[in-house]
Amino acid sequence: MSVQSLGKSFGGLKAVNDCSFEVRRGTITGLIGPNGAGKTTMFGLISGFHRPDTGRVYFKGKDITGLAPHVIFRHGLSRTFQIPREHKSMTVVENLMLVPANQLGERIWNPLLRPGAVRNQERDIRRQAMEVLDFLDLTHVAEEFAGNLSGGQKKLLELARTLMAKPELVLLDEPAAGVNPTLMGKIREKIDQLRDEMGITFLLIEHDMNLVMGLCNPVVVMNQGTRLAYGPPESVRTNPLVLEAYLGGQYAAAEG
Amino acid sequence: MTTTTLVKAFLLTVPVAFLATQLLRSLPLLPRILLGIVAGFGVALAAVLWVPSGIMSYLVSFVIMASIYAVLTLGLNVQWGYTGLFNIGIAAFFAVGAFTSALFTTAPPSGALAAFSQQLFGFGAPFLVGLIAAGIVSGLLALLIAGPTLRLREDYLAIATIGIAEVTRLVFQNERWLANGPQPMRGIPQPLHCLVENPVCSWLPGPIAGLFDGFTARDYTFVYLFIASLVVLVVYIVLERAIRSPWGRVLRAIREEESSVAMSGKNVAAFRMQSFILGAIIMGMGGSLYAHYMVSIDYSHFDPLYATFLVWVMLMLGGSGNNRGAILGAFLIWGVWTGTTFIIDLARPALAAISSDLPARGPYLRYLLVGLLLLLILLYRPKGVIPEEKYVSQPG
Repeated sequence: MSVQSLGKSFGGLKAVNDCSFEVRRGTITGLIGPNGAGKTTMFGLISGFHRPDTGRVYFKGKDITGLAPHVIFRHGLSRTFQIPREHKSMTVVENLMLVPANQLGERIWNPLLRPGAVRNQERDIRRQAMEVLDFLDLTHVAEEFAGNLSGGQKKLLELARTLMAKPELVLLDEPAAGVNPTLMGKIREKIDQLRDEMGITFLLIEHDMNLVMGLCNPVVVMNQGTRLAYGPPESVRTNPLVLEAYLGGQYAAAEG
Repeated sequence: MTTTTLVKAFLLTVPVAFLATQLLRSLPLLPRILLGIVAGFGVALAAVLWVPSGIMSYLVSFVIMASIYAVLTLGLNVQWGYTGLFNIGIAAFFAVGAFTSALFTTAPPSGALAAFSQQLFGFGAPFLVGLIAAGIVSGLLALLIAGPTLRLREDYLAIATIGIAEVTRLVFQNERWLANGPQPMRGIPQPLHCLVENPVCSWLPGPIAGLFDGFTARDYTFVYLFIASLVVLVVYIVLERAIRSPWGRVLRAIREEESSVAMSGKNVAAFRMQSFILGAIIMGMGGSLYAHYMVSIDYSHFDPLYATFLVWVMLMLGGSGNNRGAILGAFLIWGVWTGTTFIIDLARPALAAISSDLPARGPYLRYLLVGLLLLLILLYRPKGVIPEEKYVSQPG
């Protein structure tokens, strides 16, 4: 996927300004930057929630700029939200069963006229949902209301939902925010495993530097809406521009 | 026990059997239905035999009106209960359905009547055509207004729909050419009315026609109760099927959190539109049922109070997001609404003791009582008598 000189303003605020980078297939690319750098807005632009003012987004060579979120999803691109957006009064397994595309039973006449076919497909979808839950060790809460899950479990549920889609590229918005270290380790391990075994590409926003430095390569750094640095984690970590953006000039000078 | 008694009991069976099957929910489907029908017929027969005829005819007309409201409430349940679309313009679809059905089934006025009565067209079509046309035209109205309004957030949609309901009512009030302007549209045919006439419907085979020999025009409400409760039953079954499916799952997910539905590849706008239109079709059919029961309708019947507010209270009380709750709510609130007249009558002496002009104003107290009831529901039973179930989609 490549993002080319993307820009977006909200009123007078330039949230994203002429920002370009690439996410290569099979990588886990990190997207970091101080608060307000435009990271989440960037996710919104890529996944179709915001329409960019300038620039283009290409995914697998195709221009997906400005398409509706559900259309972009069908190209194989899935995202999670920084604050989990689960369907509270539906069970966890139903939350997942919602996701697969082109379900027969989503067309209102099919449950009325072809209930058998719909039921068969439902059985398959439920099995797939249970497999995903099993992979993320959530089987024990499958029949629980999603609204009753803990914060960490909701994060896993967000990840589970993207997996139901069998995506090629997943955008993760702070998968480890507010999550205890044990669970963070698990999330990290699962992301690694998914990349290696299923070939899913990840782009993730994260503030936890241990996670970013250990998991992501390359790393994109954004500040004030533009790309500040791009490269392997080691080079980004020592980049004076990055340190300055995060810590302010005098600290960077002290460290450098 | 005469044939007439048995036939009356048969006509009453649908609503009672429906109630019985709902009470027997622990049984598997087939025995439940069979037992429900047997029990329903038994209770209906007992009622026809032993309940005094005055009370009986009151009960029958009560069930008819409650069934009409049940159809409206089921329609609202699709929109609000499952999808979270805040439609407070139910009156619009109710009115359009009623007038459409009336226009399709009446004959255009002729002779001396033509001088007093105007209408856009009159096909003299059978009731079933009117019912279907009511659904279609009401659905088309929904399609028309869905484009600009469905993008709106909850509260703005509410304001837009209430405006549309008022406009619709004023159109039927003022446009004489359309459906006789401020004057009522009269002579809306009653379906199967020939069953209670003499001779009984000419198209019926002799033996069946013979069953209705003992019926008089006063017994027509039994026939209409059968029709109305059959409509409720069909709407209920269709909705249950539709909601307990992936389609219903998408609607409920939209109600809870729209953006992650979009991020799951669903076209949220299209699903909202489908839900809005399906709800409107059902409301339109409710309008048709109402028109053929009243025989004569005019714009004043589609006042926001009766046609929108009551339906909302019914859904809130019965249980938003539950079709059984919607039907129960319609019966309970219609009971309260009609029952308050009795209560106020009984309280007349007490009211007179407070102030001499209070008894005359008594009828307005029912608004107060229903408003109070709504408040109590929201405070103590916010999910209604029968709340939404945990497992709504069919188990795989």
